[in-house]
Amino acid sequence: MCLALPGKVISIDESNPNLKTAKVNFNGVVKDVTVQWIDDLKVGDYVIVHVGFALNKIDEKEAIETFRIINEMVDLTKREGGE
Amino acid sequence: MKYVDEYRDAESVRLLSEKINSIITRNWNVMEICGGQTHTILKYRIEELLPPQITLIHGPGCPVCVTPIEMIDKAILLALRPDIILVSYGDMLRVPGSNSDLLEAKSKGGNVKMIYSPLDAIKIAEQNPDKKIVFFAVGFETTAPANAFTIFEAERRGLKNYFMLCSHVLVPPAIEILLKSEKNSINGILTAGHVCTVMGYEEYIPLAEKYKTPMVVTGFEPVDILSGLLMVIYQLENGNCFVENQYGRAVRKEGNIHSKKIISDVFEITDRKWRGIGLIPQSGLKIKSKYSHYDAEIVFNIDTTGFDESDICIAGEILQGLKKPGDCPAFRKECTPEIPLGAPMVSAEGACSAYYRYTK
Ligand code: SF4
Repeated sequence: MCLALPGKVISIDESNPNLKTAKVNFNGVVKDVTVQWIDDLKVGDYVIVHVGFALNKIDEKEAIETFRIINEMVDLTKREGGE
Repeated sequence: MKYVDEYRDAESVRLLSEKINSIITRNWNVMEICGGQTHTILKYRIEELLPPQITLIHGPGCPVCVTPIEMIDKAILLALRPDIILVSYGDMLRVPGSNSDLLEAKSKGGNVKMIYSPLDAIKIAEQNPDKKIVFFAVGFETTAPANAFTIFEAERRGLKNYFMLCSHVLVPPAIEILLKSEKNSINGILTAGHVCTVMGYEEYIPLAEKYKTPMVVTGFEPVDILSGLLMVIYQLENGNCFVENQYGRAVRKEGNIHSKKIISDVFEITDRKWRGIGLIPQSGLKIKSKYSHYDAEIVFNIDTTGFDESDICIAGEILQGLKKPGDCPAFRKECTPEIPLGAPMVSAEGACSAYYRYTK
């Protein structure tokens, strides 16, 4: 039930201040998503969506950082394990 | 798909599993909290990539599984009333209550509707002004803001026919119960990424310290699970026990402050029974008294006289990580996804359903 998927924001509708929505593309399937709790949302951003609500924006920098950390750990452990 | 494919990349998976194999020197038990992670582990056969020293213990992170049987019985009784339409997420409809499930209530003439988003419940209430709509709202912190939002919306739209049967649960108190238990054998934890997307991970810092158990906030793809495991094993091998965030692309330390605010505006913390586990203090959310006119338990006085769990189902031990589905005598025999005897066989996050789907 905590399933949440990433999708790309293709348009944002802020006409109702109590219910901000966006059209979000999930691999070709476009759905309406409530984005009420996402600050500074822009078209082209990725959001992670659960039961029709965006939980958070996906942080591109953090995504890259994760792979950097993984690479670093892999190297670090290679050194430790290898010698 | 961006943010999915690269986390399923076979080469990264191979490298990570090699690294885990190369650093491990001792036996470690690691629990993944969320049933979604359990499914990834089974689906991608992650255990086959791990050294024999790692035992994965599947955690209680299946909201459908832990919803108390009395609540299911209440939902069934409400669904059978002619003036009510009961709405809930699909998985809830097949979870066994004492004598039947919501789908059976529907076949007996009860008005039961499946929804995908809590806002569907609001729409159904608007479209059916002559009926009372009861939303059976279950879930962890991940789902709490969306469910809470319906009460705001009902108020904003002036709906008088919208109600909530609320059975929300909170993850950290359940983790603490498991770690406190005499039977605890958990050395490290992968915490549930989407719960932390909403709540952040500050609550886990004192838990990791108190129980000397490293905790890594982890996502749901194979690369996420393996890097979460690598981080946990690395900490264990080095005698550390802090909280790390593997799922930084979605999770900030403080979570999402707007979502947390709507949860605390609408709900308050309460003691809650977890099916199969028992009462866990301060582990649930209930509707605040200022919104009690939306609370189905208060508005409809629903009398369930006792309840009756299946004698064979060992869901409780499975949810606490004490047994695996294969240990259950009914697994794949009397109990299948078509005729589930227990909730873990129903839910897409239940361990029994994962083993049924992905093992032979
Ligand atoms: S296999 Fe079925 S009966 Fe056995 S524990 Fe799982 S849900 Fe319960």
